[in-house]
Amino acid sequence: MDKEKIKSLLTFLIAGMISLWFLTPIIFITLSAFATSKDYYNPNYIIPRHYTFSHFYKLFFTLSAGHATLISLSVAALTILLSFLLGVPAGYALSRYKFKGKNTLKLTVLSTRMFPLMILAIPLLIIFMQIGISDTLWGIVLAHTTMVLPFVILITSSIFAGVDIAFEEAALIFGLSRSKAFFKITLPLALPGLAASAIFAFIMSWNEVFVASILTLQNRTLPAQILSTAMDSPDYYKFTAGFIMAVPALVFIFFARRYLVSLWGISLK
Amino acid sequence: MVKVTLQEVTKRFGKTTAVNRISVEIEKGEFIVLLGPSGCGKTTLLRCISGLEKVTEGRILFNEGDVTNLPPKDRNISMVFQNYAVWPHLKVKDNIGFPLKIKKKPTQEIETKVKWASEMLGITELLDRYPHQLSGGQRQRVAVARAIVMEPEVLLMDEPLSNLDALLRVKMRSEIKKLQESLKVTTIYVTHDQVEAMTMGDRIAVLKDGKLQQIGGSNEIYHKPTNLFVAGFIGSPQMNFINVEVKEEENILIVATSGLEIPLPPAIPIKKSEYILGIRPEDIHIKELPNSTRVTGEIYFVEALRSDTVLHVNTDFGKLVVKIPGDFDAKEGENISLYIDNSKIHLFEKESELSIL
Ligand SMILES: Nc1ncnc2c1ncn2[C@@H]1O[C@H](COP(=O)(O)OP(=O)(O)OP(=O)(O)O)[C@@H](O)[C@H]1O
Ligand SMILES: [Mg+2]
Repeated sequence: MDKEKIKSLLTFLIAGMISLWFLTPIIFITLSAFATSKDYYNPNYIIPRHYTFSHFYKLFFTLSAGHATLISLSVAALTILLSFLLGVPAGYALSRYKFKGKNTLKLTVLSTRMFPLMILAIPLLIIFMQIGISDTLWGIVLAHTTMVLPFVILITSSIFAGVDIAFEEAALIFGLSRSKAFFKITLPLALPGLAASAIFAFIMSWNEVFVASILTLQNRTLPAQILSTAMDSPDYYKFTAGFIMAVPALVFIFFARRYLVSLWGISLK
Repeated sequence: MVKVTLQEVTKRFGKTTAVNRISVEIEKGEFIVLLGPSGCGKTTLLRCISGLEKVTEGRILFNEGDVTNLPPKDRNISMVFQNYAVWPHLKVKDNIGFPLKIKKKPTQEIETKVKWASEMLGITELLDRYPHQLSGGQRQRVAVARAIVMEPEVLLMDEPLSNLDALLRVKMRSEIKKLQESLKVTTIYVTHDQVEAMTMGDRIAVLKDGKLQQIGGSNEIYHKPTNLFVAGFIGSPQMNFINVEVKEEENILIVATSGLEIPLPPAIPIKKSEYILGIRPEDIHIKELPNSTRVTGEIYFVEALRSDTVLHVNTDFGKLVVKIPGDFDAKEGENISLYIDNSKIHLFEKESELSIL
């Protein structure tokens, strides 16, 4: 047989196995999320026969996952907003200017990630209670911004470093001030990368459960809400909850994968 | 059109002095070339003039106006970048029209000017493309069109031809020169290619280590280099350099290692005894001529370029490179007689490296 064919067959097999490895849990989560409780507990079928939306209905309305989803979305959006307002200028400065202590600063930014959020969560709660923002949206937003900001700074700095400085200088020569050159030339050129890092920030915030659980009681984000309700419910609710958690991330990644790939410097073509 | 005056312009980056006290007056409408080896500060000087770089010391005047501290956008200059810096997210026509749009010119005028500039550079059929749909040469034309569309007072170019292939480079050389002549815009052009410098510049400023070595027309730079560096940098193949001694009071050069004697013109003020003699390869001949000095040697390498022939000859006092026009049938290993044209000799002081002849 010809070598090329064996090669592509092997590639196909290996890629298939890897895909299966990652897809199997997702497939089972999806199946179980929609399975009727009877089918779910029936040991005769691996793949359920009857499907229903009732778990979703219960989860969203009885266990207030709907409210939690809205909170999660707001938290993620505000986290992106805040971390970009702070992180994009910082990333730009790190990529464009030379100054004393630049590398130390970069390291310091990164080193804030040395402290796990779990360690920060309790002191944060105490501080938030003192200033009266515990169990509020803004409390979680602040915590999530802290978590996401180092990444936004470092990622955007490498995105801006990838935009040739000559494009910006040409804009300065041809009549723009520094700030206008940034908004008219640099920003549009950096946009794909920035979009990718926004998605990255979104997913980090969306998936964060620990701090959200500690900082809130009434205004829980989706993961925190699920942790405290669905996990005490019958098994199929857990799968339904998992499905709800996974889908937005998957949808985002699907639409953003071009940008996400460009973020890590690989090109899809 | 403005006259550009540089007064003791200095630029330091930390400890390195990229541009060292350069003073030049560039006349209205003049085409001046900044020439020098890599790292000599050409780009830095150009960027100082553009305002992209702040000078450390010194002043820059456009006509009588001091622009030293003005941002680039207020200097009414334009620039062609080495990598063109044509914005990838804008179509060609938007790239070219950008400087006018920023100045809030009426749409009608922008269109007319864009058309004019693109006709000048022969790129009218590319206006609706994006830069990634262009070849390197086309992108370069777009960059030039963008630079002339606003009719700047000063046009700055940083090695605009260095990314083009040899043939296109020769073509663009004359096109840019003609374009500049018809626009009469004061132009400062950076290159490390001496052929570009010689063919394009009204005057050439030769730089080394951030210092201005000499400024003048190509004739002056070539025939009257002020120092050893300029003499060696301009001309290809390079000028031959030979260590010599001068016999006291007799105005005769003695080539130290071989005792060869070369008479000097009488009016030369000779002080010390050690000098460096310079003679261009084309000023050494293979036929005897009046007022010449004969040397003999062995051919050890022949470059047959057909338009000329370059001989590398080993003599008693070292290697001599000789350029003779046309084909010349020479074999490596042969002995040959050479005649140095005494009237074409350059002489440099050994210590200061300054030219005295
Ligand atoms: N931003 C900078 N920071 C520090 N040093 C710099 C900077 N820009 C230039 N230099 C230094 O200044 C000197 C002159 O550089 P410049 O780019 O002007 O040279 P050049 O003549 O244009 O060379 P080339 O022909 O290679 O382009 C070099 O020694 C360079 O290392
Ligand atoms: Mg340069």
